Amino acid sequence: MDRALLAELNAARAERRAAVLVTELGSGTQRLVHEAGIAADPLADPIRAAIRSGKSGTIETQGGPVFLNAHLPPPRLVAIGAVHITQALARMAPLAGYDVEIIDPRTAFATAERFPGVSLRAEWPQDVLDARPLDAYTALCAITHDPKIDDLPLIRALQAGCFYVGALGSRKTHGKRVERLRDAGLGEAEIARIEAPIGADIGASTPGEIAVAILASVVEAFRKRKMFAERRGETKAA
Amino acid sequence: MSNLDVLATAESWSAQGRPIALATVVETWGSAPRPAGSYLVIDADGNFEGSVSGGCVEGAVVAEAADVIADGKPRMLEFGVADETAWRVGLSCGGRIKVYVEKVV
Repeated sequence: MDRALLAELNAARAERRAAVLVTELGSGTQRLVHEAGIAADPLADPIRAAIRSGKSGTIETQGGPVFLNAHLPPPRLVAIGAVHITQALARMAPLAGYDVEIIDPRTAFATAERFPGVSLRAEWPQDVLDARPLDAYTALCAITHDPKIDDLPLIRALQAGCFYVGALGSRKTHGKRVERLRDAGLGEAEIARIEAPIGADIGASTPGEIAVAILASVVEAFRKRKMFAERRGETKAA
Repeated sequence: MSNLDVLATAESWSAQGRPIALATVVETWGSAPRPAGSYLVIDADGNFEGSVSGGCVEGAVVAEAADVIADGKPRMLEFGVADETAWRVGLSCGGRIKVYVEKVV
């Protein structure tokens, strides 16, 4: 591999852009195809399929075998709420390959001491998300269960097509939340995308266990490619 | 990013002037431990990061990588089920994988 190509690939990954590394296995010739350049590539169809499925593989072409390595943006986890659960989540998620960002305007919670080595923003979610918007490859976990803090990022996450959207709170809390989101103009199908109660149903009780449950749900949504609307059953497959 | 990110490690090793090879799983059959697209980066001293299996064949890939780094020619390696009687390198899970090893130049 050419060093410049490796740098270009890493730059695309850092900028959260999907790309496919195409290697002609006979000659060793390589090229990087960015999402915007797929249509112009002679292997457009299989490259598009690789990005959609997230699955890499070798295909047979007239010119011999070609390996398509699909590089989707690394999954990111944005947690609203610098609470006890988040302290556990912030340590686990990076091990599973997720970049973590924590947002909580309550400065008593959002302290570097409680979250060593973590990207932590003691600001209102609106300000942080205006500067760095959510995208399809981001999971949004709202865990303050304070509507003033949680509601706006939940709305933004649904609008951005985040692959996972979860909100902490009892069924009763979530019932009220649903009413507020409806009043804010969100449709039933959108609201139904929120996982609440948050996390896989494993009977989690402690903050650490709840963090495991949340991470399990996030991984499931990522691996099932919920960043694509058709994978969520919202549109026909492309 | 941590050294769990193999491609970032590859770029940083390469930037340090270390000759390196990149191994990629390009095909799998059966219950292969790491999916196609998984990377292993190897330097000329045999240091490596990443994985192409569950640790079963990395030693063999690292050995081949030394040759790839030396002559610059890419190689395709194939590993199958472990043959215990022959003590050959293999995958105890019963899968088969193809690994493409290339030099980063």
